[in-house]
Amino acid sequence: MKKRLWRIIIGAIFFIVALIINIDINWIRPVLFLVSYTIVGGDVVLRALRNIIRGKVFDENFLMSIATIGAFFVGDFPEGVAVMLFYQVGELFQSYAVNKSRKSIASLMDIRPDYANVKKGDELVKVDPDEVQIGDIIVIKAGEKVPLDGKVIEGSSMIDTSALTGESVPREVEAGNDILSGCININGVITVEVTKEYGESTVSKILDLVENASSKKSNSEQFITRFARYYTPIVVIIAVIIAIIPPLLFEGATFSDWIYRALSFLVVSCPCALVISIPLSFFGGIGGASRKGILVKGSNYLEALAKTEIVVFDKTGTLTKGVFNVQEIYPIEISKEELLELTAYVESYSNHPISLSLKRAFGKDIDNGRISDVEEISGHGVIALVDGKKVMAGNIKLMKKMNIPYFDGELIGTVVHVAVDNQYAGYIIIADEVKADSAKAIKDLKAANIKQTVMLTGDAKNVASKVAASLGLDKVYAELLPGDKVDKLEELFSQKSAKGKLAFVGDGINDAPVLARADIGIAMGGLGSDAAIEAADIVIMTDEPSKIATAIKISQKTLKIAQQNMVFAIGVKILFLILSVFGITTMWEAVFADVGVTIIAVLNAFRVLKVKNL
Amino acid sequence: MKKTFRLEGLDCANCAAKMERAINELDGVKEATVNFMTTKLVIEGDDDKMPTIISEAEKVVKKIEPDTVMKKA
Repeated sequence: MKKRLWRIIIGAIFFIVALIINIDINWIRPVLFLVSYTIVGGDVVLRALRNIIRGKVFDENFLMSIATIGAFFVGDFPEGVAVMLFYQVGELFQSYAVNKSRKSIASLMDIRPDYANVKKGDELVKVDPDEVQIGDIIVIKAGEKVPLDGKVIEGSSMIDTSALTGESVPREVEAGNDILSGCININGVITVEVTKEYGESTVSKILDLVENASSKKSNSEQFITRFARYYTPIVVIIAVIIAIIPPLLFEGATFSDWIYRALSFLVVSCPCALVISIPLSFFGGIGGASRKGILVKGSNYLEALAKTEIVVFDKTGTLTKGVFNVQEIYPIEISKEELLELTAYVESYSNHPISLSLKRAFGKDIDNGRISDVEEISGHGVIALVDGKKVMAGNIKLMKKMNIPYFDGELIGTVVHVAVDNQYAGYIIIADEVKADSAKAIKDLKAANIKQTVMLTGDAKNVASKVAASLGLDKVYAELLPGDKVDKLEELFSQKSAKGKLAFVGDGINDAPVLARADIGIAMGGLGSDAAIEAADIVIMTDEPSKIATAIKISQKTLKIAQQNMVFAIGVKILFLILSVFGITTMWEAVFADVGVTIIAVLNAFRVLKVKNL
Repeated sequence: MKKTFRLEGLDCANCAAKMERAINELDGVKEATVNFMTTKLVIEGDDDKMPTIISEAEKVVKKIEPDTVMKKA
């Protein structure tokens, strides 16, 4: 790069000297121009010759050589040199821009660990992560990347997961926790037992996914490839026609003039701007999304996402946490604490999620000595003696069976009714909690012009409609069996427009068929879950449903920029092609049009990487 | 079988597209993609034809852009 720059500078100095020199010796000026030309464009001419020998005639090197040497023969030395100079400056700019964008995208994916400190006896040995085996003990010091997935066995530290999740708040890990490769250890020293080989570790899976993402091409990319395929031969044919036909047909039209126009026409025609900027836009979009913890498996999905009309959510684990928690406690004639304590004790022998949530809410250890005569009535509940009191806890059926009058209003969630010594003592409501950003997720989707938001769930109707109403969802289908979900999806397909897309968001665990059926399958909480990464087209690494709106916004921005580039590049090209036919542009203006468009398009594509505020 | 290569010195997007097209037409290639941005070439093809595919692909790359070197990634 530096060498090229120096060649251009030195060549330019000769060129300027040749322009302003005031000597009477006739040959000095052409010689200076020739020196300048050789320094600046010698390699282009050489490459053109080499390619002709290889049987490849019409490339840009050939075009530039013909055009500039042609100018020399016409006696127009300054123009010949200027065009070459301009072309080289443009090329330099272009490779600078491309390199820069390659680097900035590469830095997005700068999560590849360089080494692992493996503990061998008392020594630490630095090895390639590839060579570490399952069961090896590695030490990760402050500031180092976590090279492989594993389990912390010693030490505690804060880790930065932002490269994987886009989440800026560090997470704390201590002995016993799992740790994922690709994170950065911020402060403490931790010792980790490796649980996965490098190839199977999170970091290499993610890198693999992102780097190969653009192999699935979007429609716009395919269009450009097809376009370039027909465009080049057509342009060459037109150029030949321009060079030959007018001088033969019209009086006063000279070959030298029309050949010059044909050459300018060819110079403008290079389709590089288009071919670079469209894939670059999509690649930038995928890179920007991964910076936000959103993995997109291909440009085609990013493109489809921008056209989403209907977003369908699974409830449990997607909009809600999928963890049951005690929501409300309604005691009658005893205290809240007492009701919770008695219920937790009665249920303490069960491992049912409901019992677990009661124990969690109670928070203290269960003293087994205080409880006896446990009797579980299947489908009803549990009866036991706690501190000598006969405590019953269960559903309505249990209360009816025991002839205990109970609160009979409408309650939402799973309700545990409790009676103490045959007296109704109140009830506890247990429900799945809505995620903190679920409401924001729906609101953001509406703001991003999504026409319908729908929730599918196997849960009871009253629970589902309460969640849907609180989040502002348009539609809810409850009490669905797993198979019903696909049917409902088919039904929703008929409600979107022909070009619109339907996205399904699930946790990737038991909704694989639905994820596959949707136009775009989005899996949540992909971090550490291979199933989700496999099944979906787009993986949200965190548990936040609001990232779906972010992904849609990134895709809309990407598509907009890709379209801008397409219209701009094709527009300018056509304009200059017409201008050059009529002889209005000079050749160096044609060069300017060619490289200028490319550079502007590349810079525009760059904007996709800015995703901070999305 | 899938093989990945790095195309060092890949400097022109149109050439990348040309290489992709030409490699896709080689005998035994199921799918080939050239990613201009990551300078990666991925070839998916028949196992037994892979050695010839690779050497043919190398020729294609050299022919389209002589300064580009195909390296194992």
